[in-house]
Amino acid sequence: MGSEARPFFAPVPKASGWRLFLKTVVARAYPRVVGQQRERSWIFFDVFLSILAVSAYVFVYRAIGAPEEYVGFVVVGGAMTAFWLNVLWSMSSQLYWEKESGNLALYIMAPNSMMAILLGMALGGIIATALRAAAILLVGSLIFHVQYAVGNLPALVVVFILTLAALYGLGMMSASLFLLWGREAWHLANLAQEPIYLLSGFYFPVKNLGFWVAVGASIIPLTLGLDAMRQLLFPSGAALGFLTVPVEVVVLAVLCVLFLVAARWLLGYMERIAIRKGRLLESRR
Amino acid sequence: MSADLAIETQNLGRIYTIRNRRERRIRKEVVALRDVNLQIPRGELFGLLGPNGAGKTTLIKILTTLLAPTTGWARVAGFDVVREPHKIRPRINMVSGGEASGYGLLTVRENLWMFAQFYGLPSREANRRIEELLRRIGLADRIHTKSSDLSTGLRQKMNIVRGFLTDPEILFLDEPTLGLDVNAARDVRRFIREWMDAHPDRTVLLTTHYMVEADELCDRVAIISQGRVLACDSPEALKRRLQRDALFDIEITAPNGLTSSMLEALPGVRKAVLTDADGGARLSLILAADSALPGVIHVLTERAVQVRHLTKREPTLEDVFVELVGRPLAEEEVADGQ
Repeated sequence: MGSEARPFFAPVPKASGWRLFLKTVVARAYPRVVGQQRERSWIFFDVFLSILAVSAYVFVYRAIGAPEEYVGFVVVGGAMTAFWLNVLWSMSSQLYWEKESGNLALYIMAPNSMMAILLGMALGGIIATALRAAAILLVGSLIFHVQYAVGNLPALVVVFILTLAALYGLGMMSASLFLLWGREAWHLANLAQEPIYLLSGFYFPVKNLGFWVAVGASIIPLTLGLDAMRQLLFPSGAALGFLTVPVEVVVLAVLCVLFLVAARWLLGYMERIAIRKGRLLESRR
Repeated sequence: MSADLAIETQNLGRIYTIRNRRERRIRKEVVALRDVNLQIPRGELFGLLGPNGAGKTTLIKILTTLLAPTTGWARVAGFDVVREPHKIRPRINMVSGGEASGYGLLTVRENLWMFAQFYGLPSREANRRIEELLRRIGLADRIHTKSSDLSTGLRQKMNIVRGFLTDPEILFLDEPTLGLDVNAARDVRRFIREWMDAHPDRTVLLTTHYMVEADELCDRVAIISQGRVLACDSPEALKRRLQRDALFDIEITAPNGLTSSMLEALPGVRKAVLTDADGGARLSLILAADSALPGVIHVLTERAVQVRHLTKREPTLEDVFVELVGRPLAEEEVADGQ
């Protein structure tokens, strides 16, 4: 053998345990964060179109003489819509797409944890969507002259983080469900999109739906998250709130744990079914 | 299991249960793999040769811990695929032909870096290896190209690099040159061979339905059809099985009602395969001895079949396949498709 027969490279120690977990999270988040920068069309589709939807509600509220805080409610709701759409289409449906592209088998076969893959998707989604949400919030606030009065910034930050954690926990959980249900789940996503706009109170205080409907809608973390954020952002928010902020924080924390635990269990279940039946990893294409 | 074995299987089988879409109570069982016994030592480039639907991919899925067997057992790197998949996964990798893994918005380097992280490879080492492997496979100039902008061949080269990047003890290549043009396929084969020469302790299990690929690359080949391993040996040893036979290719104008079975009924004719060829047909014969040829020519003459060209040749893996399966690989694929 000549010089070409020397090993291409020497073996090196590889990360394992928590270091491998963190490397996987960062690596899987990377395509989402970088991908957004390479697809500038989001500025039109995700910001301009969202502002149009927000504008419609603002004009209606102003036409009927609703309290001016409602304009702020709508703008905040419009910004948080970006996260809901991201969870629905880029978290819940993602494992299905990963299966179709052949990535899912590679993810399962690799020594990393599938939870790390899902967390990476969630982290990347949050970072990428935060930019969109911030753009909607900024543009909407400027156009409609929204006045904020933040009295308790740490509480607002906690609510925001808990809302996103619970929301993306829901996305991680439903990712396995969507994969298990296959094409039917695709229709469920379509079906869920608009009703959730209504039930979660994206464009109005959820209190207006009545107590029991609002309780039911609280399974979607955005319902209570939005309600709490509005209470902390606007002077009259507390009067229009559904539950008190501390109660909503506790419920959000419970939802967060519940969804993450369920996501982990469902991932294990999905992998066991995939390996036993040999169906879930098959592309339909 | 011997420590020198990279892969070992015993009576390995897989049956798929398929439900009828309309009436879900109705189930059909499809045997994808049946009683497969293999022993693959470390350092071997082992080939699985067979048509589509033969069970090659099912076997690879079981060995890569993606599918559970329904009978028998398999060990990879000394670990049981069902009970110890977490011990196997850091030691293996897999590349499939025609796969579209990775993300189109990422560049070649970024995609490869991402997959390297899933195996815990330090970033700096990953980037160094990416450059080295891309240079060797002839893709260095595309390192900053988005993978969605790559042609099929170039994308497959990227996938190949992904498989080797983590320096796996055992690498599974499932039809790695599927759909590639001649040059790209040759580059991939050269790369695999160079890797094996440079890493004698590494093992590659390669599935293919290209005879030339198996012949050129593999230390040993298992011929698999309808879920069963029909023969397993080095390509030379497999071909030697036919060396005492006389192999002829006869190009004819038109068969005029001639069938393979007519010829196989003649004394000394072990196998006759009639296939379409440009403007006529080709008759591939495996004869017990040269002396059986006049009988064949006599039948051709009787049927007014004109002989354009007659060649005596050395046996190939294709002939071994025909001998074992009873028909050429191309025909087998058509039969499976039906």
